[in-house]
Amino acid sequence: MKKAFPILAVITAGLLSYALYEALVVAPTEQTMGDVQRIFYYHVPSAWTAFLLFFINFVASVWYLIRRDTTADILALVTAEVGVVFCTVVLVTGPLWARPVWGIWWTWDVRLTSTLVLWLIYVSYILLRRFSTSGQTPVLAAALAVFGALDVPLVYFSIWFFRTQHPQPVIGGGGSIDPRMLHVLLINWLAFMCFAVLVCWSRYRLERLQRDVDETMALEDLLDPRSSVR
Amino acid sequence: MNYLYTAYAITWIIHITYLVTVSQRYSRLRKEIEDLRRRAK
Repeated sequence: MKKAFPILAVITAGLLSYALYEALVVAPTEQTMGDVQRIFYYHVPSAWTAFLLFFINFVASVWYLIRRDTTADILALVTAEVGVVFCTVVLVTGPLWARPVWGIWWTWDVRLTSTLVLWLIYVSYILLRRFSTSGQTPVLAAALAVFGALDVPLVYFSIWFFRTQHPQPVIGGGGSIDPRMLHVLLINWLAFMCFAVLVCWSRYRLERLQRDVDETMALEDLLDPRSSVR
Repeated sequence: MNYLYTAYAITWIIHITYLVTVSQRYSRLRKEIEDLRRRAK
């Protein structure tokens, strides 16, 4: 496992560079929007990655509520954190794409608003985990995550159920896409997925180590309170 | 083109900022481990 991490890091770096080259050079220029449409190759894969991470967070949270399994708790925390990072990218790149195309930075339609709400829910989740000192924090956070995950399908399907400014989905929806663009989109998604796995892996190891250290320190304090420097 | 490059640059600024915070947490943890080791001696 120790060797797998650097190997994945190298593969991810290569994939991200190749995906960037494909997005900026190889992908054909969209006729109506021009080059600004290339934001799509970062915006959409980031959204898909965030959704997937929130889904893992949901499964891990349900598992934690049923089994009180520490691994599931750590996985839930890690995926929420990395998911928020990707969701932040979506919320920043979206307006940067909307401004030249729609003429506005933001509109309060269902897709955009539900994405912002999703981001706020998971930011609350992280703040709860960071600042609550209660022993029940993981349970409360898991319950919040289960309800928070309900917003994911709302975000995804909102463009089918409601009239919205946001374009139709390019896959499985009313939109269509040039096969060369689809190829670049999928390469970028693969690259961002590898990057997300790498970051989650690193964050998971950190959290596991932090908990071990906290446990050792608490044990040390119990055995000899005078030795405590915390 | 400016919007495109801004979007790509901001994406990587966000990711790198997060990686820096993770790396800072690693450094803090390493200090805590060193402290524990010193006290254990």
